[in-house]
Amino acid sequence: MSYVSHADLGGRAHDGPVTPEAEGNPFHARWEERVHALTLAMGATGAWNLDMSRAARETLTDYDALGYYGRWLRGLEKLLGERGLVTPDEITAGRVLRAGPVLPRVLAAADVAAVLARGAPTERPASMPARFAVGERVRTRRDVAPHHTRLPGYARGKCGIVESIRGVHVFADAHARGQGEQPQWLYTVVFGEAELWGARAPRQRLSVAIDAWEPYLERA
Amino acid sequence: MSGHDDDDHDAHSELGEMDVRVRALETILAAKGYVDPAALDILIDTYQTQIGPRNGARVVARAWTDPEFREWLLEDATAAIASLGYGGRQGEHIVAVENTESRHNMVVCTLCSCYPWSVLGLPPAWYKSAPYRARAVRDPRGVLADFGVTLPDATEVRVWDSTAEVRYLVVPRRPAGTEGLGEAELAGLVTRDSMIGTGLARAPGGAA
Repeated sequence: MSYVSHADLGGRAHDGPVTPEAEGNPFHARWEERVHALTLAMGATGAWNLDMSRAARETLTDYDALGYYGRWLRGLEKLLGERGLVTPDEITAGRVLRAGPVLPRVLAAADVAAVLARGAPTERPASMPARFAVGERVRTRRDVAPHHTRLPGYARGKCGIVESIRGVHVFADAHARGQGEQPQWLYTVVFGEAELWGARAPRQRLSVAIDAWEPYLERA
Repeated sequence: MSGHDDDDHDAHSELGEMDVRVRALETILAAKGYVDPAALDILIDTYQTQIGPRNGARVVARAWTDPEFREWLLEDATAAIASLGYGGRQGEHIVAVENTESRHNMVVCTLCSCYPWSVLGLPPAWYKSAPYRARAVRDPRGVLADFGVTLPDATEVRVWDSTAEVRYLVVPRRPAGTEGLGEAELAGLVTRDSMIGTGLARAPGGAA
């Protein structure tokens, strides 16, 4: 089965205005607060990782129609269902129908502050030298990965310049598929506007930077 | 339908339905021992009252007034920001990018909604919206116009697409006429949007 992400929106045409919003409560309904907190709390159990969470959300077939926290809810339900923690019939019934597997960790109220403060750093020690150097010209992969990836479609098969080396980080493509961390060098790569949008696109004096893991890149 | 609230009646009934569904899920998760409801309350309170854009504003105001801190921030933002007490979740690897006369920085996550929570809190709705994610990398000047911001033609616009776990914080330009202001007053001029790059810092005593 092919993998389809519905979340790769960069450069998509025909989108409407952006509507500014005052600073203040980031939630617009009580259920949004609960979904956010439920997602963080379940994430802290270790039943899945952040990349799996992103993959679950971006592959929702009605991604466009769901609101933001609607996606979080559906993504959470999907992850719970896949692991047999909460089954679809329990979601439909709205109550417990059977015991689920025991989780190794549960986020206790007393630990929330420490868990948030610790975060989940993704940088890892380097075991290999970086393949590319700052200032080097690189080309991003042209092929479409048949799984979760963090190389946006608009930056696929494009030439750019390595501007910074960000260290070695957990590789999202592997991590999302349960293949372990497989840490890779991470680079900030900068593209010119003509490279991304074509020589005839209106000029904005624009440059775009993405963060790309080494397997996304080849020498140009 | 897309869940946009152009019809009040539909919007309200949808909210009701979501409230019921989320409450049921929470009840199931609590009954199975997977979540502690008291932990959820603390998580919500944290992101409503403790972690928000005033954290980032304090960082920026410090950078405006303390050249050594500014240098540290641009060199190793994660450590410099940690020295003010901010860090952790979605702020593990921060890079600060400074606006200058010749370059304006703007941050987006075209693939989801990556955002530096530790200094800005949770992102506003527009940051997560399809129009922003679609247009920011292609038509940033058009997006800026939606925010009422016009930059000189000669200014380069650099858009940072947060595609990995690095989180970007924009250091806006310090407004003119603020020489006599202290750090706390300066922080009051630093808007959330100015630290995303869709706005500018406010002028003292005036509008943005």
